[in-house]
Amino acid sequence: MIPIAPMHEFSLCEGIIETIAAQTRQQGFNRVRRVWLEIGALANVELDALRFAFEVVRQDTVAATAELDIITLPGRAHCLDCAQAVEVTQLFDPCPLCGGYQWRLTGGNEMRIKEMEVE
Amino acid sequence: MCATCGCGQTELAIHPHDHPHPHEHGHDHGHDHDHDHAPETRRVRLEQDILAKNAEFAAGNRRLFAARGVFVLNLVSSPGSGKTALLARTVQVLREEFPVAVIGGDQQTANDAERIIAAGAPAVQINTGKGCHLDAHGVGHALGRLPLPEGGVLFIENVGNLVCPADFDLGEAHKVVILSVTEGEDKPLKYPNMFAASGLMLLNKTDLLPHVEFDVARCLDYARRVNPDIEILQLSARSGDGMAPWLDWVRRGQRAALAQQVSRLEADLAAARARLARGGG
Repeated sequence: MIPIAPMHEFSLCEGIIETIAAQTRQQGFNRVRRVWLEIGALANVELDALRFAFEVVRQDTVAATAELDIITLPGRAHCLDCAQAVEVTQLFDPCPLCGGYQWRLTGGNEMRIKEMEVE
Repeated sequence: MCATCGCGQTELAIHPHDHPHPHEHGHDHGHDHDHDHAPETRRVRLEQDILAKNAEFAAGNRRLFAARGVFVLNLVSSPGSGKTALLARTVQVLREEFPVAVIGGDQQTANDAERIIAAGAPAVQINTGKGCHLDAHGVGHALGRLPLPEGGVLFIENVGNLVCPADFDLGEAHKVVILSVTEGEDKPLKYPNMFAASGLMLLNKTDLLPHVEFDVARCLDYARRVNPDIEILQLSARSGDGMAPWLDWVRRGQRAALAQQVSRLEADLAAARARLARGGG
């Protein structure tokens, strides 16, 4: 474990840089120009902290000048009480249809590296 | 280089450049037009989970635990929830019944591991430095410094932090979130990812309830809003009240892990016997 600043967004960015650097090398490219992430609205991530961490972690890597694009995915749930697909914005939101809490998250906690632009 | 995972290999692609590159340039470049020399770019689709690496190590840990019938709990909480005291009391009882061991994460000290060892269980401390959580890779390494409690229980005491450890699977059967009544009753709403990720919540320090303003019913309601499936037990590690249901919960998990190991071994044995009966290899 590498000692890092106490923000797990740094660990996440190290994972991102590791993945894109490995792909860039394997495919014979020199530089990453842009990275697209998909982050769910209910994922355990502060987007500002993630952007800040990315700027720090990308230094001296193939992504040193890479831009970061974050695509936010909506929180989606299946309510067991009304048997409907609903949209939620927080893990403690009531179902917008019935006001209950018996729902299961079906989307919105993603943390994915979607794509990158390389040269 | 690490034998478990191959880490320690330097991945830096610094490529020695003491050989000459032949640069043949025997033709003319016509250059009578203007254009930008923008390098050629390409889009590469990755569609990869950011935590994929951790997930791989976690899967490796989980396979090892399953093969050896180890029930593994990842204990998470804020600092000061009484996690170490609870663990010390827990291992003191359970070590008489089956093997137990503890991996502790702490930013700086080995104090927690010393308290566990004093309670009679093998323990190793992972100092995370400024890191705010344990990861599956670090746990894999710690396993090499500890007798694996085969057929028993491994407790992983995470760094005191209700944010980051929620995301990092260590290969455990369950996350157990510990909240004490000296904290705010709205913690499940403030740190919903952690309560959503946990299978069991322990409400600790209930002996202090007469002295603090803490609405137990409201706290449990908040936890269930975030995670309708969460199991909840209330206890005081200090007075011992409520310890019995918690210990029984751990015993049930340990029995289940052991039963799964037995069925797996029986299936393997049956397959091997069938091969032998066929006379083949």
